[in-house]
Amino acid sequence: MTALARTPAPAPYAFAQSPCGGLEMEIMGAALRMRASGALLDLAHQALIVADLHFEKGSAYGMRGQFLPPYDTRDTLDRLEAEVAGLEPQVVIFLGDSFHDGRAEDRLSSDDTARLVALAQGRTLIWLVGNHDADGPRRLPGQVVETMTLGALVLRHEPEPGEQPGELSGHLHPCARVSSGRGTVRRRCFATDGTRMILPAFGAYAGGLNVKDAAFAGLFARPPLAGALGRDRVHAVGWRSLTSD
Amino acid sequence: MADDAALPADLLPAAFADWFATRGWAPRTHQLEMVARARDRRDALLIAPTGGGKTLAGFLPSLIELSQRPPANTPRGIHTLYISPLKALAVDVERNLATPIREMGLSIVAESRTGDTGAARRQRQRVKPPDILLTTPEQLALFCAWEGARAYFEDLSCIILDEIHTLHSTKRGDLLALDIARLQTFSPNLRRVGLSATVDDPDVIRRWMGFHAGERDDAPPAVDLVLGPAGTPPIVEVLLSEGRVPWAGHTAQHAMAEVYEVIKKARTALVFVNTRFQAEFAFQELWRLNEDALPIALHHGSLAAEQRRKVEAAMARGELRAVVCTSTLDLGIDWGDVDLVIQLASPKGASRMVQRIGRANHRMDEASRALFVPANRFEMLECQAAREAIAENRFDGDPPRVGALDILAQHIMGCACSEPFDALALYDEIRTSGPYRALAWEDFEQVVDFVSTGGYALRAYDRFRRIVKGQDGLWRARNADTILRHRLNVGAILSPAVLSVRIAGRGGRAGRKVGEVEEGYLEALEPGDTFIFAGQVWRLMGVTALDVLVTPAPASDPKLPSWGGSKFALSTFLAKRVRELMFDQAHWSVLPADVREWLELQRDRSLIPAEDEMLVETFPRGKRHFMVCYPFEGRLAHTTLAMLMTRRLERMGAAPLGFVCNDYALAVWSLNPMDGVDLDALFDQDMLGDDLEDWLAESYMMKRSFKGCAILAGLIERRFPGAEKSGRQVTFSADLVYDVLRRHEPDHLLLRCAREDAATGLIDVARVGHMLARIQGKIRHAVLDHLSPFSVPMLLEIGKERVPGAAGEMILAEAAEDLIAEASS
Repeated sequence: MTALARTPAPAPYAFAQSPCGGLEMEIMGAALRMRASGALLDLAHQALIVADLHFEKGSAYGMRGQFLPPYDTRDTLDRLEAEVAGLEPQVVIFLGDSFHDGRAEDRLSSDDTARLVALAQGRTLIWLVGNHDADGPRRLPGQVVETMTLGALVLRHEPEPGEQPGELSGHLHPCARVSSGRGTVRRRCFATDGTRMILPAFGAYAGGLNVKDAAFAGLFARPPLAGALGRDRVHAVGWRSLTSD
Repeated sequence: MADDAALPADLLPAAFADWFATRGWAPRTHQLEMVARARDRRDALLIAPTGGGKTLAGFLPSLIELSQRPPANTPRGIHTLYISPLKALAVDVERNLATPIREMGLSIVAESRTGDTGAARRQRQRVKPPDILLTTPEQLALFCAWEGARAYFEDLSCIILDEIHTLHSTKRGDLLALDIARLQTFSPNLRRVGLSATVDDPDVIRRWMGFHAGERDDAPPAVDLVLGPAGTPPIVEVLLSEGRVPWAGHTAQHAMAEVYEVIKKARTALVFVNTRFQAEFAFQELWRLNEDALPIALHHGSLAAEQRRKVEAAMARGELRAVVCTSTLDLGIDWGDVDLVIQLASPKGASRMVQRIGRANHRMDEASRALFVPANRFEMLECQAAREAIAENRFDGDPPRVGALDILAQHIMGCACSEPFDALALYDEIRTSGPYRALAWEDFEQVVDFVSTGGYALRAYDRFRRIVKGQDGLWRARNADTILRHRLNVGAILSPAVLSVRIAGRGGRAGRKVGEVEEGYLEALEPGDTFIFAGQVWRLMGVTALDVLVTPAPASDPKLPSWGGSKFALSTFLAKRVRELMFDQAHWSVLPADVREWLELQRDRSLIPAEDEMLVETFPRGKRHFMVCYPFEGRLAHTTLAMLMTRRLERMGAAPLGFVCNDYALAVWSLNPMDGVDLDALFDQDMLGDDLEDWLAESYMMKRSFKGCAILAGLIERRFPGAEKSGRQVTFSADLVYDVLRRHEPDHLLLRCAREDAATGLIDVARVGHMLARIQGKIRHAVLDHLSPFSVPMLLEIGKERVPGAAGEMILAEAAEDLIAEASS
């Protein structure tokens, strides 16, 4: 129900399906591959970018007596390790909200901590800070930064309002809802207008916000394309195929 | 009056005998018998049909005791607790009870307490309890989680459980049974009284009502059975429509003019349907025909509460000639003047039908009248079978229930909120409740651990326990916050998320509320589509987070979503009778000519299976090959069967493409012929092994039942209207939790609960199992060169069903193709 719904048909987006099931697209000349896992690969820099992992979200609820299964960090790491093993990136960039709260790093099990340390073997970890983890990790390997550039791209946790050519961000946990006569699916998605991109949340317990929500209004120069995460493929879904919750 | 001789003459005190006399009544035998059982302090289950003075029979002993009690210096606790499955019924009984109390001048206070009771009255009831409290299972669970519950109930003399037949086989029943066991501990002399409509096997309910501490497991039920009079058998007819009975469909549109004529001749008719869609449709059709402008109203669960109350009030005043309603009116509340019950579309079970018929004529001496209106040919068979079963006074039975562990978790938390508990003592107490009679100590321990720490193999939450075992060996709730949160989540009712239907105002703002719909109700509609709701045609403008925005579209022809069938499954008992009727050709004379011809055609072109056989037909049609089987086991069981069959057919190389199910049959279609398929192998009982496990793990049904279990067990908190968080990253979804738990601890207690729920409620595994056993060696295969008469209704349903399985991926892939088309246009 946003103003975008009434604009005329958008011009075609240029994208290509890669053999791995990912979706490839250029932003400010940078070749990017959206992965079905929800991670983004910058091909030129061999950088793997993931957003909103929310490590230890389960135990944050657990402390308050709501005992969500304490396996979310483990689950998120399983998927991250699989991406790293398959793609062998030189850099892994965390786009903020990697930890659910300021104490989350202390609650990591020793096993999970060891896995994160091992991830830094032979590559660099870069931790952008987010609103949930404003200080970034204190003991884990890697560099903590507010924002960074990657070639022509600007990386930050929370998307800046207005048009931001070249920005990669997270924070909003975008999610695409598609209805047909046979049912409805709601999946995490990349959201991009070809000039900026918002990454889906990578964390096991991170919820999603429909890209039709008002929070996304004004961020895109034109109705964005959703790269919806399928089982082993990213589906390019146009604005007109998306529905609100 | 039957043999009163066995009952002592002095059962009724003079005041009571006089009261009966002034009203011109004689106490009924079963009423006196209930007084006699109470005098012996025996638990009793009274089974009597509607209108038999059942409620009064339940209360009579309490009224007598209360009228005879000596004066006391201090305020007394509650004497009698009455539990009704419906709030409205509790309030109704409160009103009905006021009459004898007033007319006999008894000094007895009887008050209801429901979720709607005001804060002042609730507070007063806590400080100064009424003699008789009328409430619901949910309120009782809240009581039992109070600090001081033990003292509050220590004088409780009697608990009356009304309409037990609707509760005992549900999770609400589990919770109630646990609370009864609790009350029995608080007040060891407590007498349990059950009131039930006629059921197939009263012993199931007697055992559900519970045992006494120290009783042996194999002892006969501790509850005496009292049978009310049988009542006059109802007069049930099946509408043999003058129009032809349709091959398929669920609306009974063909018969609506005849239904209208019948309503015209009746004083007041209740028109029962099985779904809200059918209710809306029938209401619309009747008004289209309503030249006499008869006051015909609509009543179903989606309407705004205020609107429903208006209908109920008009009904009570005798102003309505007919009400089209769903199961919202199945129960209890007495509306007097109904003289005809019409069942549109199939009744699905004999017992439910008897309940509905009981709504006509709440008097014993007159027969209730009912008319069945089948919507299609198979339903014609079903309606005839149901009519005959009711005439023979035969009913469907519910199997005895094993209590759910998510409910047990909620109860244990509630106990800890009320007072510290000893694990062993609580275990013994729980096992005096019927559903948990066979609870293993290991399961109990596991549930206690779940309540305390979440029960994970990874002991992450041992520091944050919700209940803590103290030095004294007793378990207590961690703190006041834990207790408060438990109280907000008590109860076994799970309501699906609902959206308000509102009229769209200027600028897309939400205006007046028309009613509520469950999430997913309008999923198939696009903005601009029209639909019927609350008896009017609306255009869908859009859906926001909590509202469905609509504008009136009075003149348009609604695009009615093709949603058919019933949420109730055809009962096993009735299914068997349908098969019998079908096989017995001499019996076909009860059917109308067109349905008879249909059966004869089927006999000549394919075959009619014997009662204990299952017919499987295979034939080509267009570019596809079809396999249609007729198990008559209900849509749920058929859907499960079809899911499992297609997996096997895939492996057998048939390349199945899709399937469709209804209550009677299922059809699978494929690329390759299935004439040569080994049917014994296809329907082998091992189907319920690995194939079931594999499919279940991935299915959305497991996610749905997991969410339910997680809420009931207190893992996920209920979302209250208005309390939804506006932020999004802060919430989590039950589906994500399910996925993580399944990957990392597949044997966790809640996954076990979810599997059991899915197996019973959502996919009816037990029924598929019984069916596979029943048809071993009894499959009749008809290889045909074209479709059979029986298969036509199935093929007509194709295209209206959702295709399961990888559909989610397919929908996304199609949306992506749309985009490519968009891009290249």
